[in-house]
Amino acid sequence: MSDALIMAGRSLRLSARSPEALLTALMLPVMLMVVFVYLFGGAVDIGTKYVNYVAPGVLLLCAVTGAATTAVTVCQDMAGGIIDRFRSLDVSGPAVLAGHVTASLLRNFVSTLLVIAVALGIGFRPHSSVGAFAAALGVLLLFVAAASWFAAAFGLLVRAPEAANSAMFFLMFFCYASSAFVPVRTMPTWLRGFAAHQPATPVTETIRGLLLGHSHPLPLGAALAWCLGIGLVSMGSAAVLFRRRTA
Amino acid sequence: MTERDGFTRTGPGHLNLGQAGPRAASPGLAVEASGLAKSYRDVRVLAGVDLRVPAGTVFALLGPNGAGKTTTVRILATLVRADDGVARVAGFDVRRDRSQVRRTISLTGQFAALDEMQTGTENLRMMGRLSGLSRTAARQRASELLGQFELTKAAGRRVATYSGGLRRRLDIAASLVGGPSVIFLDEPSTGLDPQSRLAMWRVIEGLAASGVTIFLTTQYLEEADRLAGRIAVLDAGQIIAEGTAAELKRKVAAQRLDLTAASRAAFERLVRHFRGALVHQDDVSLTLGVPTEGDAAEVRALLDQADPDRSLIAGFTVHSASLDDVFLTLTDSAN
Repeated sequence: MSDALIMAGRSLRLSARSPEALLTALMLPVMLMVVFVYLFGGAVDIGTKYVNYVAPGVLLLCAVTGAATTAVTVCQDMAGGIIDRFRSLDVSGPAVLAGHVTASLLRNFVSTLLVIAVALGIGFRPHSSVGAFAAALGVLLLFVAAASWFAAAFGLLVRAPEAANSAMFFLMFFCYASSAFVPVRTMPTWLRGFAAHQPATPVTETIRGLLLGHSHPLPLGAALAWCLGIGLVSMGSAAVLFRRRTA
Repeated sequence: MTERDGFTRTGPGHLNLGQAGPRAASPGLAVEASGLAKSYRDVRVLAGVDLRVPAGTVFALLGPNGAGKTTTVRILATLVRADDGVARVAGFDVRRDRSQVRRTISLTGQFAALDEMQTGTENLRMMGRLSGLSRTAARQRASELLGQFELTKAAGRRVATYSGGLRRRLDIAASLVGGPSVIFLDEPSTGLDPQSRLAMWRVIEGLAASGVTIFLTTQYLEEADRLAGRIAVLDAGQIIAEGTAAELKRKVAAQRLDLTAASRAAFERLVRHFRGALVHQDDVSLTLGVPTEGDAAEVRALLDQADPDRSLIAGFTVHSASLDDVFLTLTDSAN
């Protein structure tokens, strides 16, 4: 446990010194928010103020891009000599990985606050109690944890850090093909079934509902089940992959 | 000069070493391996390796690329599991008592195990914390090691800016934060320029003087010779020779005498003359090499015996035996 915290501290320090990680964590969220609201927002008519609809979606997109960097950092550790040093210091594989995931959570917490601040600055008006706001943040961070464990497993599966980067595209695809940016009903029929039932949609709907104070029932159960399911399966796979990589 | 006499002859330390006290009676083995075998898919990397390294000594595993040196070290350091065989490090089984072994050893591999984007100090403190030191103790240990390895000047810089020699030194320092008693160094001087290699040798000699056990691998006979008390030669996954540097050299000779024949006919006569003793033979350049101790009398005698009429040999050179010579001689005697 204490090893995992030391590893998390290390991972945070390394991302603070890596220009790409900083860019992904701080610049990208701001850029995406601006792009969606000002560039695409004018063309999207969904009956409500688009910034209110899309802000939760951008939160989710930033969360997955942030979580995806875990794949790269894990992969870099495995490719270099440092993993041998950690192992010969008797640091367990799960502690190394948990350090990366913890750092990812903290990074994403900061960029989430940044996205919310930017959204508020350009007209996002949530109607939410403090409790609902905290709940939305909680669901988002649970989603980040699940996506980070998924990315960690992905980073163990591929050998090159460049390949690990593709975890981002994989995760982003799930965001785009969900109700994060446009309602599922506006999509082609063949895509609707997938879009409505894949993890990103219930997570987005739950966060959006909590932030905007929707009165209709939220798919909270589905969102939590997806996050826990993906998180636990990824965690297990990561442990197995780590053992296999270091056998 | 009673003071000096008393100091050198009857000092308590000297007396104790001479007696059969508990320390002298059981030096113990730091590394003990028998029948280590490892294959990666169809490739047999180790085919039954036996090793015995007494505690407090420097041991070198000498061999060419692909001989299985790194695999052996990684098995002993618990990073790789052997398919077969048993190994104990500092008395602990590498398979069953993995954590105890890890707490006793350190490993420095061929690739620096450091964070490029952290400074020297930060790397050392992190390793210290991971090996269980408190924040204060880790800080203290880091500055101690930085001083000991003459890294204080570079301590505040990120490792990415370090030269190869500096990096290797920090890497070894980082491996020592936990105070290991058995130190594994996998090719510690490979890829270093001659000056850094010398500096590295001095570092290793300093470590050896502190009483820890050092297990190093190398491709260079010269390096094993300078640093290690005992040397094992590993070839194609098997130990083909073991002994002190002097014993090995007796087998292979430290020097090589290369002769250039005056003509093809002379070359053939020389080859016939030396027959089994040849460690080098090049039919194109008409040169052949034989082992020698390298002193003038022996070389003169060799030349006179091979070429009594002084017509066959056009020229000669004497140089240090290379690893190739050692292998040729050892594999020849094995066949």
